[in-house]
Amino acid sequence: MPEPVVVAENLTRLFGDFVAVDHVSFRINAGEVVGYLGPNGSGKTTTIRMLLGLLEPSDGRATVLGYDAFLQTEEVRARAGYMSQKFAIYDDLTVWENLSFYGGVYGVTERARIEATLARVALGGHEKTLTRSLSVGWRQRLALAIALVHQPKLLFLDEPTSGVDPSARRVFWDLIYDLAGEGVTIFVTTHYMDEAEYCERVGIMREGKLLAMDTPANLKAQTLPGPVWDVFAAPLQAGLETLSVTDGVLHTGLAGNHLRIITRPKMTVRRLRAALTAAGVEVAAVERGEPTLEDVFLSLAKGD
Amino acid sequence: MLNSRLRSIIRKEFIQILRDPRTLAISLFIPIMQLFLLGYAATSDVRNIPMAVWDQNRTPASRALLDAFRAADYFRIAYDVGSEAELRTLIEMGRARVGLLIPADYDLRFLDGTAQVAMVLDGSDPTVGSTALSAAQLIGQAHATRILNERMQRAGATFSLQPPLEVRTQVWYNPDLVSAYFMIPGVIGMILYAITSMLTATAIVRERERGTIEQLIVTPIRSWELMVGKILPYVILALLDTLEVLAIGHWWFGVPVRGSLALLLALSGLLLLSGLGIGLYASTIANTQQEAMLISWMTLLPGIFLSGFFFPLEAMPKVLQWVSYAIPLRYYLIIIRAILLKGVGAAAIQNEIIALAVFGVAIMGAAALHFRKRLD
Repeated sequence: MPEPVVVAENLTRLFGDFVAVDHVSFRINAGEVVGYLGPNGSGKTTTIRMLLGLLEPSDGRATVLGYDAFLQTEEVRARAGYMSQKFAIYDDLTVWENLSFYGGVYGVTERARIEATLARVALGGHEKTLTRSLSVGWRQRLALAIALVHQPKLLFLDEPTSGVDPSARRVFWDLIYDLAGEGVTIFVTTHYMDEAEYCERVGIMREGKLLAMDTPANLKAQTLPGPVWDVFAAPLQAGLETLSVTDGVLHTGLAGNHLRIITRPKMTVRRLRAALTAAGVEVAAVERGEPTLEDVFLSLAKGD
Repeated sequence: MLNSRLRSIIRKEFIQILRDPRTLAISLFIPIMQLFLLGYAATSDVRNIPMAVWDQNRTPASRALLDAFRAADYFRIAYDVGSEAELRTLIEMGRARVGLLIPADYDLRFLDGTAQVAMVLDGSDPTVGSTALSAAQLIGQAHATRILNERMQRAGATFSLQPPLEVRTQVWYNPDLVSAYFMIPGVIGMILYAITSMLTATAIVRERERGTIEQLIVTPIRSWELMVGKILPYVILALLDTLEVLAIGHWWFGVPVRGSLALLLALSGLLLLSGLGIGLYASTIANTQQEAMLISWMTLLPGIFLSGFFFPLEAMPKVLQWVSYAIPLRYYLIIIRAILLKGVGAAAIQNEIIALAVFGVAIMGAAALHFRKRLD
């Protein structure tokens, strides 16, 4: 049994009458990369803030690195790294000044450590650049360097890739994997479904509730009630309306130029085609789709 | 002795101050600007009041009266007019503040002792109006006395007319009653109080706006280190400003420094506690830099008016005088004017020092507590 690094038990946070996080329980083991997937406002950031002792839980408790997240915040903060979605960078300071400032705050003053941290996020050679003039992708890497400067064993990343272009996102995830390879435990929130696929385990949040947390493969196998189909038909809107009332179809949704549907296990291509043709919709193709976390999310979100 | 956390934040704050030309300009040039504006413009010394004269008499006697007005530098005879309407127009247009009417029979009635001249005053500015009024009366009386004396001498009198009572005035500390001596210590107080509080408030709120405060909170930095580290650079800046304004005040405006400079700086530190405390408090309520600016300014402005900076406290209604006791700047202005102009030591102003210290500690303490709560 691996040692848990984060344990949340019935973690709850209210803002007035609004339940931001609703009795959430999970554990994260050492060295894991765990994703926290959910739309904006689903309680991801609030969860991280409670784990870092920034917010007091209204109910429940959390242990981080063996310390109580709210009562022993100093212990937690000295050992954990945090990267917020706002990228806490001073625009009027250079790359070097930003990092050596945060280093000093953590008691890291040796030049070599700062240099090594910059090198590992591939910002070496840009020490004297004012961060104001950096692109979003570079700012993101500097923000990661700031979270890493004191060599934490646990890293909280809150929407680290929001607003960053796809190639920069890929570079960033490579960095995350390098860190995980060195044994750093990573807790990362995102609303990008494709990113969640990279995680060893994914928790799915909606309206403050943790609907499920498992490996992407298990989530797909266990939460999807049946096969997933891609239906290419015209007109699309009529197809959508028809399928949503067709017996055996559980979820329907638009996915770009086609329809994405989840059905009961015994559904066949022939029955889908027949239902559509009967409603006067022209069918180009009906194919079995590879389940994604998006399907899982869709299915969980509508399943209550 | 400073730990690396405190050192880092102080260094960072200094880099940011030096790199932001606007903040630097606000903190170094605005005080000088205020000093020159208030040192020159906000003066209540009344000199060279423009006067329009309608001399209907035009005799040596009337000219002698006008010479008496010219001799005192309160008035400047700017217009010689030919009708009352002309005189009225000049006063309405604001070109002349005072009108003097000498009747046609002035020299004749002068002989039998019933001469009268009329003085018209523009009372819309009470400071100028009242000064002109008393100056005109004094000039008239002195002129009359002198003529009376001359006449008696000519008549063979062996004594001269001497009033039975004379008030001999002696002005201490500022014998020429130069307004700048009064205003410049006030400017120093205002800078310490207002500029530092606004700079502190915006510096802290800027961290909240950019989201860096959240990042700082999750580091091992302690509340007091963050607070002291953010404030200390502004304290140093404020003391530099004080020396700057004091130097210009002394060498340019000639404001005397009669007391101990060290005592003054130490007590300026006490005022800073209040000013920074207000700024810190504003930063805990405000969400944007503009809000922080507005909150601290709204708190400071009434205080500045009630501090005795512009208007003497003794002339205010009783209620406002009571309110002024709650304004730390009030005590500092008494202190700095006493040290600079009167050259007193701590003993003479001990009540003010105690009051200033109590307010400083109370405001700063309250702000610090509130600041901590917002962090955790």
